[in-house]
Order: sequence, then structure tokens, then C-alpha cells
Amino acid sequence: MAKDHASGPDDYESLIEEVLEAYPEKARKKRAKHLQVSQTTDEAPDATTGIASKCDTTKSNIKSIPGVMTIRGCAYAGSKGVVWGPVKDMVHISHGPVGCGQYSWSQRRNYYIGKTGIDSFVTMQFTTDFQEKDIVFGGDKKLAKTIDEINELFPLSNGVTIQSECPIGLIGDDIEAVAKQKKKESGKTMVPVRCEGFRGVSQSLGHHIANDAVRDWVFEQEESEAVKAYEPGPYDVNVIGDYNIGGDAWASRILLEEMGLNVVGNWSGDATLAEIERAPKAKLNLIHCYRSMNYICRYMEEKYGIGWMEYNFFGPTQIAASLRAIAKNFDETIQENAEKVIAKYQPLVDEVIAKFRPRLEGKSVMLYVGGLRPRHVVTAYDDLGMVIAGTGYEFGHNDDYKRTGHYVKDGTLIYDDVTGYELEKFIEKIRPDLVGSGIKEKYPVQKMGIPFRQMHSWDYSGPYHGYDGFAIFARDMDLAINNPVWGMYDAPWETPAIAAE
Amino acid sequence: MSELRQIAFYGKGGIGKSTTSQNTLAALVEMGQKILIVGCDPKADSTRLILNSKAQDTALHLAAEMGSVEDLELEDVLKVGFKDIKCVESGGPEPGVGCAGRGVITSINFLEENGAYDDVDYVSYDVLGDVVCGGFAMPIRENKAQEIYIVMSGEMMALYAANNIAKGILKYANSGGVRLGGLICNERQTDKELELAEAMAAKLGSKLIHFVPRDNIVQHAELRRQTVLQYAPESQQAAEYRELARKIHENSGKGVIPTPVTMDELEEMLMEFGIMQSEEERLAAIAATDGQAAAS
Repeated sequence: MAKDHASGPDDYESLIEEVLEAYPEKARKKRAKHLQVSQTTDEAPDATTGIASKCDTTKSNIKSIPGVMTIRGCAYAGSKGVVWGPVKDMVHISHGPVGCGQYSWSQRRNYYIGKTGIDSFVTMQFTTDFQEKDIVFGGDKKLAKTIDEINELFPLSNGVTIQSECPIGLIGDDIEAVAKQKKKESGKTMVPVRCEGFRGVSQSLGHHIANDAVRDWVFEQEESEAVKAYEPGPYDVNVIGDYNIGGDAWASRILLEEMGLNVVGNWSGDATLAEIERAPKAKLNLIHCYRSMNYICRYMEEKYGIGWMEYNFFGPTQIAASLRAIAKNFDETIQENAEKVIAKYQPLVDEVIAKFRPRLEGKSVMLYVGGLRPRHVVTAYDDLGMVIAGTGYEFGHNDDYKRTGHYVKDGTLIYDDVTGYELEKFIEKIRPDLVGSGIKEKYPVQKMGIPFRQMHSWDYSGPYHGYDGFAIFARDMDLAINNPVWGMYDAPWETPAIAAE
Repeated sequence: MSELRQIAFYGKGGIGKSTTSQNTLAALVEMGQKILIVGCDPKADSTRLILNSKAQDTALHLAAEMGSVEDLELEDVLKVGFKDIKCVESGGPEPGVGCAGRGVITSINFLEENGAYDDVDYVSYDVLGDVVCGGFAMPIRENKAQEIYIVMSGEMMALYAANNIAKGILKYANSGGVRLGGLICNERQTDKELELAEAMAAKLGSKLIHFVPRDNIVQHAELRRQTVLQYAPESQQAAEYRELARKIHENSGKGVIPTPVTMDELEEMLMEFGIMQSEEERLAAIAATDGQAAAS
């Protein structure tokens, strides 16, 4: 077992070399551009984190190499699974064969309030269940019938999105025509999304396509009653890119509301269609997940003149900085309220840190997740005295790597679209105290004797956002790392190894 | 019964594949061969002259009506026509919807699994226009047609299509063992047609199996939903088809791996025949004509 290393080699450059050696030359050359150690930079350190490093030359957002095990998803996953799926009062049809919908069913733990099957449908799975004949003769008629059935069975659903699986693009079904027809007949919003899985290199294009569908099939349609009746106020904000995983959006929202802001829309966790429709009337867009929803924010900025800013609600340092930065966009009352909110939660923060920091101080973490988490959660670990040894994005773009420099110190191992083999090797050699990644990585890592937390689904815990979330986050990390099970890892007749210290 | 021979007719749309193949197969049946025709064109007109009527029930339409292809019985789709020739039309979607290629794959698999190929000497596939996707290449994949006959004429686009089909055959020749049986020229009365057809066959490393002369009797028979062999068995044209059938029958195992050429080589060949100008010459000629027009 890989227990020979007490802690990993400090020289990550040569670790990268070593890991790359397993590849044939062409693959080695390609993969080498995705693996880096963050460098020192002359740029001024980030005001909040006090950090400045550079990893923006990491190659990203290109095709994975055939033959490796990538951890990426597809465009359908990006649209149905991430952006549209959490919109609770619409029915999202997985259009095509049954598998895509079946195996992605309720994977992201998007919490919502509502009566499932009556006015909310997030945890239900709808599919057109394509058969051979639908491929040969086209699936438009079946799609139309499915929508009719949905409207009849679920009269309180406020619309339908059509999430295209691969075959739809291959056989060229005209889902837009069906959507228009059904909108005309039912008066409900219909959103055809061309997110066929084979498009693009990862789920990232699916996010973009889904954002474009919001623009084309919600914003650029006739104004709904919900929009007409809405009177905008001076403190209206949208929270964009919070999918309410394990209740994250709720833990964030209360802070904004306590500050005196009016969260008119949360995209798209626990969201209604009306929240999406009304969004252009808000004063400011607050972006949580930049990667998956910056597109529509840029559009709203251009078209409706709504500014946007990124914020980070992971860990008290970033929360306080973000609350202040958000408040700066509003009047003094809001700014004063922000200080009050920070002060109010300070005792909670102190208590959490007093309890957990001594148990976690100096522990090292390796992360491999998607979206914004490879950088944003870093500061929550930081607040607990933990150190990031390595981090990487499944489907990040160059702008993500540029931003990462404000979060990780120089000398951090950076891996883009890491392969199953590379990640395993890195973990084996570095032997961090904790790995945070997904379900596929969980068990191999635990079998290496290393504590693990799923950082996509919060390992069925959460929320991790906001002050309340931080308390849960700290507890969970402690539970994982200081679990006595790691001391029983070795057979009793063998010398107890490092984990038992 | 001899070993099952599977052949397929390919060629440019409208070249007369269905007419040529049905007349040839009608002649083959006269030679005592038991034949199954598999129509792989969504238009479902590959067996019309044998059945003396348009096939009403295609495999795919019936399967769609019944729910799935598993519900289908062979008797539902297998029709018997002229001199006991068995006919199946695969059918497919209307133009512009669905995936006709997938339909071909579905129905050929169905026929094989349900024993449609038992007790016949010949299976003949009639495939639409061009090998536009993997589905239409189904008959030339492994364990399907061993010999492909390309129906063509002296028209440039027919030659171009023949060359393209040869590319499709080449792709599957090594993996599946399909061969080019030869070219069948369906006379269009273009310039130097016979010579051109022979030259094309030579370019592809194959041979011209037969030159079928143009005869209006084919049209007369077709309008009566009959093959020439049924409509006018004593005619000269019927004799031509018998000759073609004999040559195909004797051509068993003599197919070749084709050597398709580039578009440039194809044009060069037409230039050698003096029926096409080079690009430069033609552009000069156009410029001269335009110049005259402008001057006048």
C-alpha cells in the first residue's frame, strides 16, 4: 500500500514528470500542459486572501485524450443536471432514450420547497424514452404527446424544458417547432435546449447552451404576468449560480436578507420560472458559480444594464469580505447592516474556529471538483488552518485559472481535467490528510487510507454556504479527518503506520 | 441448394437501380435461383415490378404500428411476387424526419434474426442513392453482401457517385470482405458512353459487367408495374437482362477491392475523352463570352 510516504514530495514539478512518464509521448506532451505548479507573481496580493500566485498558463477547456479516464460530464449534464434541472415549477424532459435521465436522476441534491408532483418536480424524472421507431421515424410526435400528458397530469407546472440527448441532434428532430406549437396551445413557457451530449468537450458547453436558452426562450418572449405585475425595488438582487445543494442557497439568502437586500431570484436552486422571468428587473446580479452562469449575467448587463459581481460565501473571511463588497453597491444603510450581520455571526464563527481549528490546523487537502469550488472553498479550509496541496477543475476555462491565483499560494499543484490515473498517483505520492472530490474518487481514496469528502454533493450533508454552512463544513471535515477508523487501518500484527499517530 | 449469395445494387439516385435490379433478378429466377429482395430505400419501390404493386406494408411501418420490431412476424412483411421471388421492403420515415439509416440497420437485423435468409440462393439489397451514412452502408458490412454492383451511366454525376460508392466498399473491404462485383451501365446516350464506362471500370480496378442499351419497352413495362421479363419475355431487352443475369451469376467470387480515384483524376479522365475542358480553359472561354457580350 502507498503508506510509505509520510507526506508527499515537496517538489511537485518532479512529481508531475514522474506521473507523466506512464504516457506515450503524444499523450504526455498534451497532458503536460494541463499540469502545473502555481508560480510566484509580482502582482499585488488579493485584498482578502493576501495571496498572489499564478497558474493561468494551465491549458484548459480542450478535448480529453482518448484512452484516459476523464472525470468530466457532457453538455446534457451541464444543462439538465446543472442549470435547468433545479427550476422547480417546470418539468424538465430528458428527451431521448431513458438512460441519460435515469442515471442523472436527483444527483445534485438541489433542495426546494414545494409539493413534489403538484407544483414542484425537481426530484421527478421525465423522459420520452426513445425506442428504435422514434429514432427511425423521428421523435417529434412523441415529444408533443409527452408535453400534452405533462400539462394534463401536472396542471400546476408552469412550463416544460426539453433537454436534448445525443440522438436528437443526430436525427435532426425539430424540437423548436414542437416547443412553439405547444406554447401556442398551452400558453405555458416551452424551452427547447440543444444540449446534445456530444457537443463540446465537457459539461461547460451545456451551461452556455442552457444560458442561451434562458435568453432566447424566456427573456426574449412576450412579458409574462409575473413580470408585468412586479414592481422593482431599490434593493432587488438576483443570486446567480447557486443550485441550493443541500440548502446552500437558503444559508446564503438569509445573510443577504438580513442585510436588507431583497433576493428576487435565486438561479436556479429552489427557483421558479417567475424568478427567472423577473431577473432583468433587479439592480444587481450576484454570481456564485461564475463558470456556469456568467454568460447570462453578461447578457443582462448588456441588454438591461444590470451589473454583476462575484462573491464567495465559503468560510467567514470570504463571507465578511463578500458582504462588504456587495453592500458597497448600495446605500449606507445596507453598508451598516452588512457590518451588523458580520458582527452578529462573529460569536458563532469564533466558537466554530475555537472548537475545530485545533483539530484541523496544518492538515493538507487536495481538491478536484468543477465550477467554482476548486478555488472558492479553499478559503473555508484556510479559516480552519488547513493547507491546500493541490486543486483542479474538471471543466474550467482560462478565466477560472486566472482567478485561482488569488486563492492558492505558490507551489500548489494544479491539475486540469485530471485523469483517473494522474489523480490517484498524485494522491498516493502527496498523501494529503483529506481529499475532496466526487463519488467516483471517494472509495479508491479511502482504500488508500486517506480521509475523503465528496465536494459535489457535500457527501449528503450541507449546506456549506454562509455562516451556518461553515459550522457544518467544519464539523464534517473534522468527522472525516479525525475519524478513529483511520487508526485501525493497519492489521494488528503490523506496525501501526502514520495514520494512527 | 448452393451457398447463399448476397449481392447489392448501389448507384446514383434516379439511375435505374431498382428497374435494373428487378429485371435482372427476374431473369435470375428463370435460371432456377431462389431469390429474396431486400428494399433498403425509404420510398419502398424496390419490389414494385416483382409484386406488380407497391408494397403496402414495410417492415418499419408495421413495427412502428405494433410498438416495436420485436412484435413483428416475418410473415407480416415477406411478400411473394413474380415466380416466387420473396420481397421485403424495409421502408422508413418521410423525407426530412427521423433516421432512415437506422431504419435500414433495424430491418436487416430483423430479417436475419427471423430466418428470412433461409432457403434462398440469392439475397439482393437495393439501396438508395448514395452511401450517405453508416446505415446505408449496412448491406456492405461484415457478413452481408459479398458483391456490390454499381449501376451507372456516362453522365458525370453518375460516375462521381460510382466512385463514391467504391470508396464506401473500400472502407469495408478489408474488415468485412465485401467486393466490387462490377459496373452496370444503364445507357443514357451520352457521348462516348460505352468507352467511358469501360474506362471508369478500369480506373476502379473492376470491369463493366454489362452495357444495358436504352429501350422504351422498359418504360412501357414499368408503367404496368412489371419487369420486361414479365411484360415482354421475347423482347430484345429481356434478352439483355438475361445476359446481365447470366454474367452476374457467373461472376460469383470474382469481385475485387476497388481502387477509387480523386475528383481531379475523374475530371482528367473526362478531359482525356475530350468531353470536358480543364478549369483554365473553361474559365477563359467564359471570360471570352462575357467579354464579347460586354463589348456588343
